[in-house]
Amino acid sequence: MTEPVLSVKNLTTHFFTRAGVVKAVDGVSFDLAKGEIMGLVGESGSGKTVTGFSMLGLVDAPGRIVKGSVRLNGTELTTLSDNELRSRRGREISMIFQDPISTLNPMLTIGQQMKLAIDAHESVSVRASATRAADLLTKVGISSAKARLRAYPHEFSGGMRQRVAIAIALLHRPAVIVADEPTTALDVSIQAQILFQMRDLARETGTAMIWISHDLAVVSSLASRLAVMYAGRIVEEGRTATLLRDPRHPYTAGLIASLPAAGKPGTPLNQIPGTTPSLLSLPPGCPFAPRCGRFTLRCEAEPKMTLQDSRGWRCFHPVGRLADAPV
Amino acid sequence: MSDDRTPLRLFWAEFRENKIGLVALVVVVVTILLALFASIISPQDPYDLAKLSLMDSRRPPGFIGSSGYTHLLGTDPQGRDLLSAIFYGLRISIQIGLAAGFVSLTIGTALGITAAYVGGRIEALIMRLIDLQLSFPAILLALVIVALLGQGKVQLISALVAAQYAYFARTAYGAAKAERGKDYIEAALATPLSGRLVVMRHLLPNCMPPLIVVATVQIANSISLEATLSFLGLGLPVTEPSLGMLIANGFPYMMSGRYWISVYPGISLIILIVAINVVGDQVRDQFNPRLRK
Repeated sequence: MTEPVLSVKNLTTHFFTRAGVVKAVDGVSFDLAKGEIMGLVGESGSGKTVTGFSMLGLVDAPGRIVKGSVRLNGTELTTLSDNELRSRRGREISMIFQDPISTLNPMLTIGQQMKLAIDAHESVSVRASATRAADLLTKVGISSAKARLRAYPHEFSGGMRQRVAIAIALLHRPAVIVADEPTTALDVSIQAQILFQMRDLARETGTAMIWISHDLAVVSSLASRLAVMYAGRIVEEGRTATLLRDPRHPYTAGLIASLPAAGKPGTPLNQIPGTTPSLLSLPPGCPFAPRCGRFTLRCEAEPKMTLQDSRGWRCFHPVGRLADAPV
Repeated sequence: MSDDRTPLRLFWAEFRENKIGLVALVVVVVTILLALFASIISPQDPYDLAKLSLMDSRRPPGFIGSSGYTHLLGTDPQGRDLLSAIFYGLRISIQIGLAAGFVSLTIGTALGITAAYVGGRIEALIMRLIDLQLSFPAILLALVIVALLGQGKVQLISALVAAQYAYFARTAYGAAKAERGKDYIEAALATPLSGRLVVMRHLLPNCMPPLIVVATVQIANSISLEATLSFLGLGLPVTEPSLGMLIANGFPYMMSGRYWISVYPGISLIILIVAINVVGDQVRDQFNPRLRK
C-alpha cells in the first residue's frame, strides 16, 4: 500500500463533564489511502461523529483529544495551533455536516457564501470565484448553476442544499472530506443520487472520504472499506465485501442480520438486544459483552485487535468460518 | 426566477395585503412628514415667544386670534396655537423616540451579540446585569437618570436608552445564541475568516428580524415614556414643549371645560403610538414563520 493520505493512530477523545469522564473515542486507528472511501458505521453514541470532529480539531470543551495522532499528508494535526488548523480546514480537509438546513447562511446568496469559502484560503477575483463556484455546482448536479449562484438557500430543497454544501467542501479540492451522515436528512431517491455522484467525484478528484453513517446499507454501496464502531472503539474493519459476507465481530454480524434484506419477508426483523452502554461508566472488558450471545468469562478482559489478511476485529469469539481465532 | 422576487419585494407584497397595517403605515408616514415639515405648515412658530400673545391663551377651537388666523384646535395657556404646537411636539417626540430607539438598538445588540458570541464569564456577566436591570420598572430608572442628569434632549435620550437597551440585548442574545449553534457559524469559525467577519456577515444579519420588530415596538415605547416624563415635568424645558408637556399644560384646565388643551395632543400621541404598534405587529407577523400561510 502507498503512503496513506490520512493516518489516525490511537485517537482518544474524552469529554470531561460534571458527571465524570465520557470516553467518546477510545483508541481509534485507521489509514486512508488517496481517493479511498471509508465507511464509519455504528449506532448513535458510538463515537462516529466525535471521531470525525476530532480529526478536524473541532471538538469543543469539555471535550479534548487526550492522546493519539492524526496525520494528514505527513503533518500531525493534533498538535497544531488553532490558527494553523484553520488554515488547513477547508483547504486540505473539510467536513460535510448532517443537516443541510443549518449549514448555509439564510441571509447570503449561494454565490456569496461560496465566495466567502474561497476567500477564506485564497485571493481570487470575483469573476474567477464565480466561475469556479458554478463549475462545482454543475459537478454536484445543480442545473443552470450560473443563475443559481444568485439564489438564496430558502429557494433550494434539502437535497439541493446538501449538494451546495458538498460543492463548498470540494472548493479547495481537499485531500480528505469527512462526511457526517450527509444524506440522513434526505429522502431515499435523492440519497442514492448523491451517493453515486460522491463516488464519481472521489474518483475524479482523488479526494479521499470518510463517510460516517448509522446506515450500513447506504455505506456498503459506497465505501470500499468499512470500520464498525462500538462504544468509542473500532470493533471491526476490513474491505466492504469481505466484511459483509463474512463478519467476525458479533456486533457486525448483528448489524448485518438486522438489515431488512437479510431476513425472510413476513418475519420480524432481527435486532440486537439491549442498548448502547453509557460511555460514562464502561465496565472493564469487552463493551459489547452484555449484549452478546457469545459471551464467556474470557470477555471480562478487553480483547485486542486481531489482524489478519488486511482486516481486523476485536473479539475473543469471532463469528464465521474461523470458529476460534488465534489469540 | 430569483431576480424579481427579492426578499424586500416579497415582504412589501405581503405587507400590502393587510389593510389595517397599510393604514397604520400611512398614518406613521404622514405623521413623520408633518413633524419634518412642521416649520413650513404650522401657522405659527410656537417657540418664538415674541409672537405669542397672552390675550390669545386658552381659546377654544375655531377662535380667530390677534394675528388674524383661525386657531383650528384652539390655544394653550401660553397663547400658543395648539395645532402648531402639536406639529412641533410631534417633531420632538419622534426625534427623541427614533434617537433613543436606534441608540438602544445599537448598544443592546452589541451587548447581546457579544454575550452570545464570546460566551463564558463575559456572557454570564452581561446577561445577569441585564436581568438585574430588567427587574426594575423602566419608568423608575428613567426618572432616576433624568433627575441625576438634568433636563435636555441628550439627557432625556440617555435616560430612555438606559431604560430600554436591555430589551434589545435580550432579544439579540436569544437570536444570536440560537444562530451561534448552527453549522454555518461553526463552519465559518473553522476557517481562517476573522471573527469580526463572522459576526458581521453571518451572525448579525441573521439576528436582525426579531430586532427590527423589537425596535418598532420600542420606538413607540420611547415616545410614550418621553411623554410620561414630560408630563411629570422631567422632560424638556417649557419653551420646547413635547406632546407630553402639552398634555400636562392643559391638565389643570380639564375640569373647567377647556378640554382641547390636553385632549388634542393626547389624541395625536395615541394615534402615533397605536399606528407604530400596528405596523410593528404586522412586521412581527410577517417575520414569524409559524403564522405563514
